Amino acid sequence: MSAAVRIRDLKRTFTLKGVLNGIDLDIAPGEFVALLGRSGSGKSTLLRALAGIDHEAEGTGEIALPPKSAVIFQDARLLPWLRVLDNILLGQPAAARARALQALEEVGLAGRENSWPHELSGGEQQRVALARALVRDPALLLADEPFGALDALTRIQMHDLLRRLSARHQPAVLLVTHDIDEALMLADRIVMLDDGRIAAEVQVAGRGDRTLLALQRKRLLAMLGVVEEPQRRGA
Amino acid sequence: MNAHSGDLLAAPPALIVPARRMPLGPGLPSRQGHLLGPGLLLLYWAVLSATGWLDPRTLPAPWTAITTGADLVREGRLQENLAVSAARAASGLLVGGVAGVLLAFLSGLSLLGGYVIDGIVQLKRGIPILAIIPFMVLWFGIGEPMKIAVIAVAAFFPIYIQTHSALRAIDLRFVELAETLGLSRWQFLRRIVIPGALPGFLLGLRFGATAAWLALVVVEQLNATSGIGYMVTLARNYAQTDVMLVGLAVYALLGFATDYAIRWFERRLLSWRRTLGR
Repeated sequence: MSAAVRIRDLKRTFTLKGVLNGIDLDIAPGEFVALLGRSGSGKSTLLRALAGIDHEAEGTGEIALPPKSAVIFQDARLLPWLRVLDNILLGQPAAARARALQALEEVGLAGRENSWPHELSGGEQQRVALARALVRDPALLLADEPFGALDALTRIQMHDLLRRLSARHQPAVLLVTHDIDEALMLADRIVMLDDGRIAAEVQVAGRGDRTLLALQRKRLLAMLGVVEEPQRRGA
Repeated sequence: MNAHSGDLLAAPPALIVPARRMPLGPGLPSRQGHLLGPGLLLLYWAVLSATGWLDPRTLPAPWTAITTGADLVREGRLQENLAVSAARAASGLLVGGVAGVLLAFLSGLSLLGGYVIDGIVQLKRGIPILAIIPFMVLWFGIGEPMKIAVIAVAAFFPIYIQTHSALRAIDLRFVELAETLGLSRWQFLRRIVIPGALPGFLLGLRFGATAAWLALVVVEQLNATSGIGYMVTLARNYAQTDVMLVGLAVYALLGFATDYAIRWFERRLLSWRRTLGR
């Protein structure tokens, strides 16, 4: 299978923060990759480089992407002066209206097309952002901690939604997160970034198996240098 | 309090009915509340006039202003002068407004434009409008073009400044969004820049309209042969304080009506905004 995404020896430097020290990464079509790392490890820098919005960075290297890609940010980033449907259709031909309504239905917001963004909750706004990405029919979905600002319950619902939608539409996904459980639940493969380099790659296996997941979780934490204290009960 | 510990035999503490707290906020506003101050002032004025404490040569009674106003309307003088004044203010506002918006976009959207235009504008800002009138007379004569030019300059600044700062304040995150969505330059302008700058423009328009009326008052007292200012100047020469008073009232009403009209547009155009006090 040829790669949907191919990155070779990607380097980025900033005057302020975030560095990439030679990243090589391939993502297969339809593959869900989670990019895990501490803050400052360069994971957002990598995503911004792929999205083509790292104007402030200097760098070299090669990036090859599918022609159609979409980005979801940590904030929903809806234009407050456009109604929900117009936000989804931003930059799309008017003929995409039917597809936009369908995308809105897929994210569970059917009938809200004429709402203003401020009338929606944070989770609903992020669903609209997801619909805005879907309507572009992307072969690559870049998501920069898209659930980081949501409350825990909404986040669980959004995980389910993203998993269902990516299974149905089969885009290659690169999800930046610092949440190990999120990465384990959603991704086919976890790429760990440390100090601007890929420190480890883990193929996620046995999603149904709790012991296996716990084991992988422990390994990932150890790679990040975190040793979990055994939980104390009672006392 | 931990219900499971402590002395079970101890009497429970007596409960109190909490008193309603004294509200410290100002309470609920009334829609007509702002009329109270002007109403009281009017009452004060009417009482002074009716009791003869106020010499009509100093300030005529409120009802004199109303009857004189009615007379002026019957003679047609008021409408005639009002139309001339309104046309002057409107054309000055239009010229200044178009220039303000165009230059604000030029200087807000391009670095070079910003360096060139904004520097000059900030320099000019320090000069009071009255101080440039002699030059305006020198360049445009003492006729109608000079009057419109002065009004245009007065209206230009607030419109330029507010539009420009709104443009500069457009969220960079929206620029990033436009890039990832692959918007064209025109789509970016239409969907993000113009709506983003609109609140600033409307605020500038309100200030600009007020500035235009102010400038109008000044230029209409310079060699004018028509307009509300001319009417007032003429009345002053004949010591007709009642006509002067009508002129002032008309200016006040015009300023108020303009502001109200712009705010009405603002509410319609910015209906997406959720703000207090609307």
